[in-house]
Amino acid sequence: MDGNVYIPIAVLAALGFGFAAFSVVTGALTGPKRYNRAKLDAYECGIEPTPQPVGGGRVSVKYYTIAMLFIIFDIEIIFLYPWAVTFDSFGISILVEMALFIVTVFVPLIYVWRRGGLDWDH
Amino acid sequence: MIRLAASETLIPAPNIEYYELSPILIVFGVGVLAVLVEAFLPRAHRLHAQLALCLTGLVAAFVVVCTLTDEAQENARAVPQKVAAEGAVAIDGMTLFLQGTILLLGVVAVLLLAERRLGGEFAASAATVPGSAAEKETTRLGWVQTEIYPLLMFSIGGMLIFPAANDLLLMFVALEVLSLPLYLLCGLARRRRLLSQEAALKYFLLGAFSSAFFLYGIALLYGYAGSVRLSDINAAVSGSEDNDALLLIGMALLAVGLLFKVGAVPFHAWTPDVYQGAPTPVTAFMAAATKVAAFGALLRVFYVGLGGAKWDWHPMFWGVAMVTMLFGSLVALVQTDVKRMLAYSSIAHAGFILVGLVATNAEGLSATMFYLLAYGFSTIAAFAIISLVRDGSGEATHLSQWAGLGRRSPVVAGMFALLLLAFAGIPLTSGFTAKFAVFSASASAGGTPLIVVGVLSSTVAAFFYIRVIVLMFFSAPVTDGPRVAVPSLTTALAVWIGVAVTVFLGVLPQPVLDLADNASFLIS
Repeated sequence: MDGNVYIPIAVLAALGFGFAAFSVVTGALTGPKRYNRAKLDAYECGIEPTPQPVGGGRVSVKYYTIAMLFIIFDIEIIFLYPWAVTFDSFGISILVEMALFIVTVFVPLIYVWRRGGLDWDH
Repeated sequence: MIRLAASETLIPAPNIEYYELSPILIVFGVGVLAVLVEAFLPRAHRLHAQLALCLTGLVAAFVVVCTLTDEAQENARAVPQKVAAEGAVAIDGMTLFLQGTILLLGVVAVLLLAERRLGGEFAASAATVPGSAAEKETTRLGWVQTEIYPLLMFSIGGMLIFPAANDLLLMFVALEVLSLPLYLLCGLARRRRLLSQEAALKYFLLGAFSSAFFLYGIALLYGYAGSVRLSDINAAVSGSEDNDALLLIGMALLAVGLLFKVGAVPFHAWTPDVYQGAPTPVTAFMAAATKVAAFGALLRVFYVGLGGAKWDWHPMFWGVAMVTMLFGSLVALVQTDVKRMLAYSSIAHAGFILVGLVATNAEGLSATMFYLLAYGFSTIAAFAIISLVRDGSGEATHLSQWAGLGRRSPVVAGMFALLLLAFAGIPLTSGFTAKFAVFSASASAGGTPLIVVGVLSSTVAAFFYIRVIVLMFFSAPVTDGPRVAVPSLTTALAVWIGVAVTVFLGVLPQPVLDLADNASFLIS
């Protein structure tokens, strides 16, 4: 039966929904409720979205550095997944190629680290 | 039970011709090392380390390019021809000739970037806000901007791939790799920083826009041919009688992206602003090397990939070449800033080079390559001289300030006059040989109207070149006008190299013309 292959996906989806519903409901029922100002803010990482400073304000360059690093390693992971799957059918050459790639991608991280880009309070 | 099919057989590893690709790999490798130099060496040692690294890398890459040319000619008594990296990179005569040109121009550009005695052309710390206390502090500490060297190397690396790309996707990657560092470099000027940052932003926005055109063109051509490989596109073009809408639109969009990079009318609008705002050594490098790389890519796409559709794109380029020559020459007439004048002159020259391209024969290809070499060296030296003429606030680029310069500094003014004569195409300079080569190639391909327009615009152009010479030598010097600063050895060397090549290619052009002839070969 061809349809059988979809059963694990359906089970996984059901588990996912079940877990989400369980977490939300259980949290709401059992957790303590202590209100404070921060809980009423908009959910946003890092900076306060409101009130906006005059002229839109300047965003620290630190955010861009982190964002760029994130993208670089995101791309690296995209290449690493298919590589890991087919790794043993290529032989030694692909190991060398990937090592070269990872070393090259590592260079910007070294650069950012040495220039203090990872030091948030700097 | 689900199992991923585990493949037992070995997939053959892609075949990479490291030797043929080594010029590109050397330049990128040096770029990566240069980043590490920035990361680990103390500030005081960075400049010398970067200079040594970059010059060694460029020369090494150039030696490999020469060896490759030589070997191929010895073995097969023909031009080198090899498709490397699974067909993505074409190593042929044109690739090697243009790569050699770009590497030599890169060496001269590194020499120009290294100028220190005039206070440096680059902001001490590009991150500081113009006019702020931090800017004054970094300047007082005497910080030297050395990140320009890795940026330059990455840009040169992209330029080496651009004319060699046999695959539109690789060509796009090369376009971005060569452009992104240039956008940054444009914004790093030490003086008139806001103008420089404005230039960088304009270049970036318009460049991103033209990249989008280029990508859309690739997508449509892929839709037409089912491949991004130039040889496959050519096969599809030659073998099909179908609806050509995808081909025609894709071709036009691709042309927009490439003509933007070469600065041809009507995609030239960025050129004067960016050339004026960017630090002069960067302008010199852009004007020379970017043109070489972009024309290389233009030649490869339209000769190799779309050669079968020649009668579709031929009239378009014919028109673009005419308009570009006329517009560049006419608008340069009314410029009052030397850098802007040379920017419009570079637009006019893009038109002359396009005359070689539309000849669509081996002669035209060889003439185009020769023109790129000759123009590259003349223009890099001309911008280098502009960086020497200074007054208290930096470079004095307004034409009125150049009045009487020839009386105060006859040698420098004389060299600038020689370069202007070369731009105008006066005999015994490289400009004449180059113009003669493209016009005679065009004549043999029936391009008489093009030549008429070309000669007319040359005449117009000669007027404003000679006007500057008259201004320098035959008008009274302005009081408290600019002086010609005594440069450090590197800039002087760069100027002399440019002038020497300009004279040599005018007096004894035959060896280089032969070289270009032998190299005028494209593989698909």
